[in-house]
Amino acid sequence: MSSLPEMTHAAATDRVSREALFEGLLRIGDSALILGHRVSEWCGHAPALEEDIALANVALDLIGQTQLWLELAGTVEGKGRSADDLAYLRDAWDFRNLLICERPNGDFGHTLMRQFLFDAYHHELLKGLSASSDPRVAEIAAKAGKEVAYHLERSSDLVVRLGDGTEESHRRMQEALEALWPYTGEMFLRDDKDAELADAGIAPDPASLRPAWERTVREVMTDATLQVPDSTFAHKGGKQGIHSEYLGYILAEMQFLQRAYPGASW
Amino acid sequence: MVAATRPSEEQIWAWLSELPDPEIPVISLTELGIIRSVEWQDDTLVVKVTPTYSGCPATSVINLDIETALRRRGVRKLRLERQLTPPWTTDWISAEGREKLRAYGIAPPVDGTAADGVAAGRIARMTGARVTVACPRCGSTDTERISQFGSTPCKASYRCQDCLEPFDYFKCI
Repeated sequence: MSSLPEMTHAAATDRVSREALFEGLLRIGDSALILGHRVSEWCGHAPALEEDIALANVALDLIGQTQLWLELAGTVEGKGRSADDLAYLRDAWDFRNLLICERPNGDFGHTLMRQFLFDAYHHELLKGLSASSDPRVAEIAAKAGKEVAYHLERSSDLVVRLGDGTEESHRRMQEALEALWPYTGEMFLRDDKDAELADAGIAPDPASLRPAWERTVREVMTDATLQVPDSTFAHKGGKQGIHSEYLGYILAEMQFLQRAYPGASW
Repeated sequence: MVAATRPSEEQIWAWLSELPDPEIPVISLTELGIIRSVEWQDDTLVVKVTPTYSGCPATSVINLDIETALRRRGVRKLRLERQLTPPWTTDWISAEGREKLRAYGIAPPVDGTAADGVAAGRIARMTGARVTVACPRCGSTDTERISQFGSTPCKASYRCQDCLEPFDYFKCI
């Protein structure tokens, strides 16, 4: 690599602690990884061939973005860990993904609702990150942002089609929205590490993303004839490594090969 | 012994223009716009390549193809660098590249129609009103989108209402 990343690396760690930057990158990368893995579970099972292909491609985009985020996280950490090391050789308590990303797929409508709620947040997050004071963060965010804008269009289209569809599809989408709603609040909670990154201009304050997210969600739910729940209760802990039981099962499948055959490559 | 001469950067570009994209072999890597620069740094040739989609599985094959081709031409010291900025856009697909895509049966990207994630007008887009994609076989613009994704991350699936053929559309990004 050229000398530029080294220089900016020094500059970025002047502004924030290495630990905060590493944690912040894990939060972004792990959410993309775990959701990407969840969505990939649909491969071969979607209700129509076109949807199967589409879900697999969304998963592929997310896993590609994960590679970029975790590679940078490994560089920032400075212990020689690669993106693969971070993805395959950490245990559940070291993962920093949002809890919504590890929720089970449920039916197709449930998966699409989870995707939409996350895409609307992811899109705003990447917009903020593309203005990061750390150019390495900004360039990954700009790249990923183009892909996620497309994800958001797709998931919002489908949420509207299914919400404003048949009686059964409407019922299933409303149930999905109610089941997933308590997992959206975590996106906008901030702790000391978020504050440190926001103060240094490296990442947007999570709370600042909420108004735009809510606008998008309410507009799409209105088109979809779905009722946004009133509850503000939020499950939390994923960003600090406190996960639901589901993450363990995801990791058991995702990490099996590297655990059983350490260093295997092809 | 003849002194080893360094091939010119123009020569390198010419060699790279012979390399097909692994997934859409009618178009070359240079026509796709993913080779961002070719430069000698002292005795090392530095080729900067930008990924189309961040998860595109062709990326590693592309790098291997570039390395294999240049080494076969005698380039000994070679470094491939990934360049993310500015992010790749379909605007960089050359005019010749677009024509080759069409002739191959893939509708080329309609410029200026990239997703922006803005919620307004979502319903209009849902019905496909925003993008008019011409059928690469019969030229009809009476086409409909079947799926936002196709056989690779860079494509969407369409169907022509006139000749009834399904086709891939190289979506705008």
